[in-house]
Amino acid sequence: MRLDSLYQDVIMDHYRRRSGHGLREPFTAESCQVNPTCGDEIRLRVAVDGQGRIADVSYEAAGCAISQASASVLHDAVCGLPQSEAMIIESAFHALMQSRGTDAGDPEVLGDAVAFAGVSRYPARVKCALLPWMALKDALHRSEGISR
Amino acid sequence: MITATGLDVAAVRADFPILSRRVRDNQPLVYLDSAATAQKPRVVLDAERRFYEEVNAAVHRGAHALAEEATDAYEEARQRIATFVGGHPEQCVLVRNATEALNLLAYAFSNATALAGAGRVAAREAGFDGDPRLVLGPGRSIVVSELEHHANLVPWQQAAAKTGATLRWLPITPTGRLDLSDLDRIITRDTAVVSITAQSNVTGAITPLVPIVERARAVGAFIFLDACQAVPNSPVDVAGLGVDALCWSGHKMCGPTGIGVLWARAELLAAMPPFLSGGSMIDTVEMTRATFALPPQRFEAGTPLTAQAIGLAAAAQYLDGIGMARIADHERHLTACALAGIAELPEVRVIGPTDLVDRGGVVSVIVDGVHAHDVGQVLDDRGVAVRVGHHCAWPLNRRLGIAASTRASFYLYNDEDDVAAFVAGLAAAVSYFRGR
Repeated sequence: MRLDSLYQDVIMDHYRRRSGHGLREPFTAESCQVNPTCGDEIRLRVAVDGQGRIADVSYEAAGCAISQASASVLHDAVCGLPQSEAMIIESAFHALMQSRGTDAGDPEVLGDAVAFAGVSRYPARVKCALLPWMALKDALHRSEGISR
Repeated sequence: MITATGLDVAAVRADFPILSRRVRDNQPLVYLDSAATAQKPRVVLDAERRFYEEVNAAVHRGAHALAEEATDAYEEARQRIATFVGGHPEQCVLVRNATEALNLLAYAFSNATALAGAGRVAAREAGFDGDPRLVLGPGRSIVVSELEHHANLVPWQQAAAKTGATLRWLPITPTGRLDLSDLDRIITRDTAVVSITAQSNVTGAITPLVPIVERARAVGAFIFLDACQAVPNSPVDVAGLGVDALCWSGHKMCGPTGIGVLWARAELLAAMPPFLSGGSMIDTVEMTRATFALPPQRFEAGTPLTAQAIGLAAAAQYLDGIGMARIADHERHLTACALAGIAELPEVRVIGPTDLVDRGGVVSVIVDGVHAHDVGQVLDDRGVAVRVGHHCAWPLNRRLGIAASTRASFYLYNDEDDVAAFVAGLAAAVSYFRGR
């Protein structure tokens, strides 16, 4: 069924039990992103430690199952990683979302995030999946600016 | 099937080629997004094609045979479009869409204000005779409502920012209707213009115009109507409304995209300085100055939207042939069916009036625990096209405390089966997301 290929079990599980949800202190930088087409919003914080490692990602978000699950998957994927490695995942996820269903995604790099492969077939939903990752990229960028 | 209101929906549907399309694994299309854009009957497509194949030339310039015929066709289209709302053709400016029409009106105020500051002679040379009612500034106000589509809000925010005028608004009730209890304190002696929607594109609430028009008149303010959700769906007669200007988009009434109409009283059109300038809108041009054509040409800079106007005139002809009162009755019937069906679903809440009093054919809903995007996805999976999101009325959504909703909108080509597909899709969304 088409719906099941979009709303895969991994996505529904994350949507039901969002990892890392809620805003926490301390944090190094914060980003607010909004999807202008539907009004979905996310406020995401990163805490980057002295070694350039992402110690925590915390967020508050309002939106659909895809965007909520994406934030949860993001949290699990990047917490504890050096920023550079997180950005490799971000790039891979971005490429997957732009693939229009032609790419299954590399589970070695993406982990649970490969479950979003089906989203890329629905151009109107790609933004939902990307919103938390845009917030992460922006927050890390800001965090870099702050530490300099 | 001929409905109780006498509309032969099967015959109507046969006029719209796209409605026989199949989507998402060969399911029949159920199109319930006409409030965003309506589908086009073959007569509209034929009219445009015939113009391009047989008549096409630039209008109001050139003296060859085609130029004459094209000019006649364009002006006949204007006449036909004006007749659709009971207006005179000289009072109908053809623009790209309602958004452009509302910008034209809002810019009239900010341009008039800037030109008034430049001095009388400069103002006159730029096409503004100095009507003080168009001049804004601190101490004057613009009034809109919380129901507005962004198109009738953002241009006025801009006008207020450019002139120092204050933007005020009529609030709404929890059921998404305008709250007029403070009308006299919001529209006051300092109000220059009231610009308001005729019908909410989210809640379907129809604006109670009479008290607002009376109040605007009493304080000497202009009153404008965003009639995007009214003109395509119900009989509208500009003469009886008492407003100074009214606009709508052609694509929502089965016409082509890229054509909209601004109807305005002759006196207002004469007072407003030009909006877009260039060719077509001038009388004479020298290196440092120009004089301007009379309205409506004054507000139609550049090569006019000719084929689009001809397509829109064909749409007006088509809709009048069916009868706007009959279309309004039909939409009302479908809305009643939808509201009754939704009332059976405890998880679904209607955003807006749940009765049929002063209510148009859009039904927006919130499904408890399921985001509008996900609801729309389930509907789309069943071939049902609805709108999800904030429907370009973000402040209204915030005021009602919702992030997004799912909207079905009905038109002449929809039938009870379409409504049933919508209601069944909502039930399916509930069980899909509850069940997992």
